[in-house]
Amino acid sequence: MAQIFHRSTNFISRFSLFSAVFLVGLGLVGVLGLARSPYSTNQNVVRAQPVQFSHKHHVGDDGLDCRYCHTSVETSAVAGIPPTKTCMNCHSVLYADAPYLEPIRESFRTNQSIQWVKVHRLPDFVYFNHSIHVNKGVGCSTCHGSVNQMPLMFQASPLLMEWCLDCHRNPEKVLRATKEDVFDMNWKAPEDQAKLGKQFAIERKIRTTAELTSCSTCHR
Amino acid sequence: MTSASRSLLAACAAMLWVFAGGCQIRQDMADQPKNRPLSPSPFFDDGRSERPLLENTVARGSIADDDLFVPKESNAFPLPLTPELLKRGQERYKIFCSPCHGIQGDGNGMIVMRGMKRPPSFTDPHDPRLRQVPNGYLYDVVTNGFGAMLSYSAQVPATDRWAIIAYVRALQLSRNAPASELPPDVRDKLPKGDSAK
Ligand code: HEC
Ligand code: HEC
Ligand code: HEC
Ligand code: HEC
Ligand code: HEC
Ligand code: HEC
Repeated sequence: MAQIFHRSTNFISRFSLFSAVFLVGLGLVGVLGLARSPYSTNQNVVRAQPVQFSHKHHVGDDGLDCRYCHTSVETSAVAGIPPTKTCMNCHSVLYADAPYLEPIRESFRTNQSIQWVKVHRLPDFVYFNHSIHVNKGVGCSTCHGSVNQMPLMFQASPLLMEWCLDCHRNPEKVLRATKEDVFDMNWKAPEDQAKLGKQFAIERKIRTTAELTSCSTCHR
Repeated sequence: MTSASRSLLAACAAMLWVFAGGCQIRQDMADQPKNRPLSPSPFFDDGRSERPLLENTVARGSIADDDLFVPKESNAFPLPLTPELLKRGQERYKIFCSPCHGIQGDGNGMIVMRGMKRPPSFTDPHDPRLRQVPNGYLYDVVTNGFGAMLSYSAQVPATDRWAIIAYVRALQLSRNAPASELPPDVRDKLPKGDSAK
């Protein structure tokens, strides 16, 4: 009996089998990549705010400490956004007539909140706590980037679960020596960080990797 | 349609349903019907979930601040003076006061350089007024504000306000101390010309 298919179709059938697998694989990589891309994590997206508040000016140029405005960052789960009154401490005198500060003055006069646009937003099923990170020596800039150079705030880290886990598996890399270092936006790891970090981890009773990566640490 | 393709179709539909349902459930878990700190709420007229204190009420725990109240005229200091308190005061002074009053208390902070009203120096050797005011007066200025300076009671808890006052007192002392009162090892470090001060 004559062959129905030419020999070359063997190649075509193998090729199409492989390319089907390849395409599915590519699709999978694409989907996983997309889920981690800034497109879906909102990383680096600059948000327009009701007032063009600049961390670059207030922190970088004027040297204000984070805690002047984010007062609860050392003591509670949330860092907090300052109330209008905090801005008025200076802007009742400084640039008291500037038009770009009118929303602040109006908010102060009328007792209506300014609606800042949220930049960082974890899903509600994740528990995060600032105070433990700050008090154990993880600095703001490790997670939030160089805030002192941001004219407008953006999210510098992906905030994916794998990002949290990456550090929870090995926090020694980022532990800083003193409280002052934690708020230092220009901190760089010293050369002997590997050794220092281990020592800080013991001194500060950092828990084991198993405990820090247990699901119920963050999903409770 | 063969029975095989029918069951395949049914399986696909079931998968779709599970996926769609899964998405729906995930949405709800990520965005639960609860208020997070500072989130807006349509329930109240002013749109805040964070409720301001009602008139004539006291927040839980804040009654303890009464023990730290010292009248304006009194020079009492309500906490035990310890090195830890001074350290805490130094840190809090740097955060909350130094932007205007300067790291040395001379009134030349960074914000003043940018056009803020210049506050009086805490440590001026020629004007002893702020060195002589009672502790209660300083507490009143920080708690209730004074002139162009607004109140710091919302940003700085009462114990920290006292820690700051202790540190301001230490600044005033150190900026005006005669060389003869220094411990000998510190005095030896002074440049020779300064020892007369
Ligand atoms: C003068 C007050 C002030 C100081 C000082 C300040 N911030 Fe902010 N911060 C704000 C205000 C107001 C917002 C809300 C507007 C915005 O997002 O830009 C904010 C927002 C943020 C956000 C984003 C919050 C969100 O929506 O997710 C981060 C992160 C942040 N600040 C970090 C810092 C760090 C780190 C420092 C210290 C280096 C600092 N801030 C110092 C006032 C301040
Ligand atoms: C400790 C004093 C201080 C506080 C508190 C403060 N500011 Fe400012 N602000 C300044 C100074 C100083 C400048 C001038 C910045 C510069 O040129 O370096 C400024 C400038 C600005 C400007 C002009 C645009 C710019 O960045 O140059 C805006 C808008 C502004 N501030 C908003 C705010 C808001 C909103 C808050 C409250 C969250 C706030 N400020 C709190 C001191 C302060
Ligand atoms: C371990 C990483 C990490 C560190 C360190 C960290 N943050 Fe955050 N920060 C986050 C995450 C994650 C969020 C989002 C929280 C949420 O959505 O519930 C956040 C949110 C914020 C916000 C928005 C308001 C809030 O509390 O949700 C501010 C302001 C802020 N951080 C300031 C700071 C400051 C100031 C420091 C340093 C003292 C700091 N953060 C250190 C991870 C960090
Ligand atoms: C750069 C390092 C780093 C990153 C990033 C980080 N963490 Fe942590 N986290 C730590 C350290 C260090 C501790 C302290 C562990 C200890 O004391 O045992 C900690 C502790 C915690 C705790 C324990 C709190 C408690 O009381 O048990 C939670 C919850 C937590 N982190 C959540 C998160 C979440 C959620 C994220 C991601 C959004 C995150 N962390 C990202 C370093 C990090
Ligand atoms: C260090 C903190 C941390 C730990 C530990 C942790 N998670 Fe998560 N998890 C997160 C964060 C943050 C997110 C949100 C990620 C995002 O928004 O993309 C998340 C999201 C998830 C999601 C939803 C994923 C999605 O795409 O919606 C699941 C499911 C999940 N975690 C399961 C687990 C399981 C199972 C464990 C234990 C093996 C675990 N997590 C341990 C921080 C953690
Ligand atoms: C935003 C700038 C600013 C900050 C921050 C600030 N002050 Fe002042 N302070 C002033 C100004 C301006 C005056 C002068 C007020 C006047 O004469 O109208 C003043 C005056 C004072 C006085 C003198 C009152 C008198 O009788 O002359 C004291 C005491 C004082 N401040 C203490 C503090 C302490 C303590 C802190 C830190 C918790 C602090 N201030 C933070 C701006 C500031």
